[in-house]
Amino acid sequence: MAYFFHTDEDRRQMLAAIGADSVEAIIDAQVPAEVRMNRPLELGPAASEIELEREVRRLAAANLSPASHVCFLGGGAYDHFVPAAVDAIASRGEFYTSYTPYQAEVSQGNLQVMFEYETLVAQLTGLDVSNASLYDGGSAAVEAVLMALAITSDRSRVVTAGTVHPEYRQALATYLEEIDAEVVTAEVGPDGTAADLISRIDEQTSCVLIQHPNFFGRLEQVEQIAEAAHAAGALLIQVFDPVSLGVLRRPGELGADIAVAEGQGIGNPLAFGGPYLGIMACRQELVRRLPGRIAGQTTDRRGKRCWVLTLQTREQHIRREKATSNICSNQTLLALRSTIHLALLGPEGLRETAEQCLQKAAYARRQFAASERFEVLHESATFKEFVVRDTSGDVAGALRHATEAGFLAGVPLERWYPELADCFLVAVTERRTRSEIDSLVSTLSSAPRSLASASGVAAGA
Amino acid sequence: MRNQQHTKLLFELSRPGRRAHRLPPLDVPAEPLESLLPSEALADAPPPLPELAEGDVVRHFTNLSTLNMSVDTHFYPLGSCTMKYNPKRNERLASLSGLVDVHPLQEDASIQGLLQMLFELQQMLAEISGLPGVSLQPAAGAHGELAALMVAAAYFRRQGEDRPVVLTADSAHGTNPASARMAGMQTNTVKSNRQGLVDLEDLKRQLDRRTGVFMLTNPNTLGLFDSQILEITRAVHDQGGLIYLDGANMNAILGIARPGDFGADLMHFNPHKTFSGPHGGGGPGAGPICVRDFLTEFLPAPVVVKEDDAYRLDYDRPLSIGRVRSFFGNVGVLLRAYFYIRSHGGEGLRRVSEDAILGANYLRSRVQHILDVPFGEFCMHEFVASASRLKKERGLTAMDLAKRLLDYGFHAPTVYFPMIVPESVMVEPTETESKETLDAFAEALFRITDEAQDLVHEAPHSTRISRPDEVQAARKPIMRWTPES
Amino acid sequence: MKPEELLYAESHEWVHVAEEEGQKVATVGISAFAVEQLNDLVYMDLPEAGKKVSSGEEFGEVESVKAVSPLYSPVDGEIVAVNSELPDHLERLGEDPYGSGWVIKVRLDDDAALGKLMDHAAYQKQCAAEG
Repeated sequence: MAYFFHTDEDRRQMLAAIGADSVEAIIDAQVPAEVRMNRPLELGPAASEIELEREVRRLAAANLSPASHVCFLGGGAYDHFVPAAVDAIASRGEFYTSYTPYQAEVSQGNLQVMFEYETLVAQLTGLDVSNASLYDGGSAAVEAVLMALAITSDRSRVVTAGTVHPEYRQALATYLEEIDAEVVTAEVGPDGTAADLISRIDEQTSCVLIQHPNFFGRLEQVEQIAEAAHAAGALLIQVFDPVSLGVLRRPGELGADIAVAEGQGIGNPLAFGGPYLGIMACRQELVRRLPGRIAGQTTDRRGKRCWVLTLQTREQHIRREKATSNICSNQTLLALRSTIHLALLGPEGLRETAEQCLQKAAYARRQFAASERFEVLHESATFKEFVVRDTSGDVAGALRHATEAGFLAGVPLERWYPELADCFLVAVTERRTRSEIDSLVSTLSSAPRSLASASGVAAGA
Repeated sequence: MRNQQHTKLLFELSRPGRRAHRLPPLDVPAEPLESLLPSEALADAPPPLPELAEGDVVRHFTNLSTLNMSVDTHFYPLGSCTMKYNPKRNERLASLSGLVDVHPLQEDASIQGLLQMLFELQQMLAEISGLPGVSLQPAAGAHGELAALMVAAAYFRRQGEDRPVVLTADSAHGTNPASARMAGMQTNTVKSNRQGLVDLEDLKRQLDRRTGVFMLTNPNTLGLFDSQILEITRAVHDQGGLIYLDGANMNAILGIARPGDFGADLMHFNPHKTFSGPHGGGGPGAGPICVRDFLTEFLPAPVVVKEDDAYRLDYDRPLSIGRVRSFFGNVGVLLRAYFYIRSHGGEGLRRVSEDAILGANYLRSRVQHILDVPFGEFCMHEFVASASRLKKERGLTAMDLAKRLLDYGFHAPTVYFPMIVPESVMVEPTETESKETLDAFAEALFRITDEAQDLVHEAPHSTRISRPDEVQAARKPIMRWTPES
Repeated sequence: MKPEELLYAESHEWVHVAEEEGQKVATVGISAFAVEQLNDLVYMDLPEAGKKVSSGEEFGEVESVKAVSPLYSPVDGEIVAVNSELPDHLERLGEDPYGSGWVIKVRLDDDAALGKLMDHAAYQKQCAAEG
């Protein structure tokens, strides 16, 4: 309870000024006795800083993490390197303890960061405009679909590829359950093709949602799909990986109308799933339907260039039920971190990072392909992650064995794709080394085969 | 001593060939890119990002930071936002390895310490709200509203009831009607009465068998606890509707009254307000939701469960609405809330609310002879005053006061919200401000009302910029830097 | 057009009805009083010609920095023309509200809705009460 200010004397003076005998009396005058809580909250005693730190350190130490284990986990969140300068700047109180720039004069720091972020996202995606951030990749994909549905208001069908992150598709299904729109999902699984997806686009299609590189790390035929979508009068929404744009062509060049991404991999910690950063950019003519805050340039009364929140009539505090979205709080601090990281990377740093991911992932893929026990599902055209099949069928056992040997080795795919129960996803970032990759493959290869039969023996014994 | 060079845009500081971040040499055999990826997918060049040295970047952003007001540097009585002190211990603890660096798809067995804290947080929020079902998934207050309304919709669907109408108060945050619309519901507005509380007659007139949810903020955005709360919740329940409590103002009632006890069926918390999560320049927040027992099975999945001393994520919830985002939730924000609650315990949290109430009432009593406070004898954690009289007598608007306060080194209160009070000035001092600070703020207000009109109209004078042209920004929006601009 | 000769809706749109090729066409705009109240308009959203409207129905929006005001059709019929230059020249709404600031033209289905509109004197009274 270290944060309070008032001394007994303060309280006495304050109550005297108010004209009340006690705080209790102030509460009694407003809160009916029938709803007053008549016991203390059962939350245990207050912990001092020393006690709390002791306990939390113990609980934190009970978790494995990329600091204790070599991490090959991906699936939408990645162990990319975060330079020290990102943490140093983002931990300045002037940034992290400020709020939404409602008073532009005392928020120029944040507003300029938002404007720089929006510019960087536009440069990154090859699209015209960006908002100042959404919650995360999944909700950004959903917001993009809702935006497309609002733009094409006479259409209510959403065509998605089964290769879009399964949790993004789950979130989409949740949102669309309550509104008049339907989702058509093309071939679920790593082998979905552009032709299959395109065959489902029709005159009722509002938008097509794809991910490139997709959930399995593979590239999609974005241009072909964009062409088909546009021919049918539908919008193309592309989920992208910001790091991939060091080597891949940009969504705007490929024909995406709206591009969204999970921005975690650019300067933000893994943090067990959040807070993350929902990136969203679109073509200029769609900006009136763009959800979320936008910083814009203007001049002040003396003619000096400055920044303000703009196009606010899109937002809930003005347009209420007709707003483009209900979003209010966003992820500015995470957008700041990504802005710093992109500024540190520059074009060459981004290219180098993307190429190292690509080369190291390709190397890892070759090592798995060359192993006796494992196969890779796709021999080429994957970016930084790929699907590995355990021919012995014991994914859980192999991964557990690897964990014991110091690896967070892969993401089992069975939860989302039951037909891929013998497969897992391996992601390789620029942080990984050749020796880590080599020892991952050898460790997994040496895992005891088929725990299923082993436990069968135990049960029979 | 302002550094003008480094408050230029990043793009203007860029010099071709300059670089910061470098990687170690590639230690695997390099293959030609064309052999790894189809050539039509490859970019000719990387995106045209700015090129800077690390020293450039650090100085640039450090200088930008000095252009912000923040809780660490200034009194920030922004009504409805609960800008309280953000404890440094929370930052240190949330940054520990084993918390900040855990991958979201790790096996449950590898994150037992983390899951224990999240499980305990679920229990704590249930205890504070009086509502047993908890989901930590939503990413912000508005996201929690939406998730909870989806829970309500799923419940009504299961019951075979058609209840498409959501009622919101006219003093409500804009997120309420916007969330209702996204949940596929129609919204109608319930008026406030002369006391600034829900107009019970208007509510009753609108309630019928099509009413799904009444979204209520209590204490409301005027900082008033609605004394008719039991009548309100009973009236809605009698018609088979549900009560949603917008938890924006929970800082006023911790340990004093529980939403579940006064009739709420669903609610969200704003841990970035009530439980001291830093506001981050606009986010991140988190929006955990709590619901009554019969709604629990509809909550987003997964939730943390405890079985035989082990914790796991439970995905197997057949009636769940599903996900509202990717991964577990805004864990970094949730952990700070957990640390904050642990640092206070039950009695400490109650004192948080008591001190917030004390501070708000004290400041209210100090300013009410220059600003009218239209409602109530007392307030809870915040109060809404009106600058109408100042406008009439001295030509000073709420906006003028807000801008001039910046010169005195205070962040402005929230102005022009809620809309039901003309020239509204909404002040929320929070419990983490001293009497001296509140006195200084009140005295600044007094002085401003005595100042020359022109001086105040043109304020602020001490900031780098003053009164930006928002009309120009909206008419011809410039939303990014370009080489020509 | 002279403001005295126009009809007005409660929601501040003005109407002028004329015969065009044997059909009644209503020109619709926003009254000078309303434009002044809205102050500093920044954006306008207009429908496309060919759209059917009925009286009281929203057909477009004008925005200031922090407010959105819907435009309601005062008549029933089909939109036959839209002042498409207007969104890029919002100043015309203030400078010439009854001339180059017109918003849409509607071919009337019938006269029914016209009966509900006010004449200039009645509208002046309403403005005085609101102002």
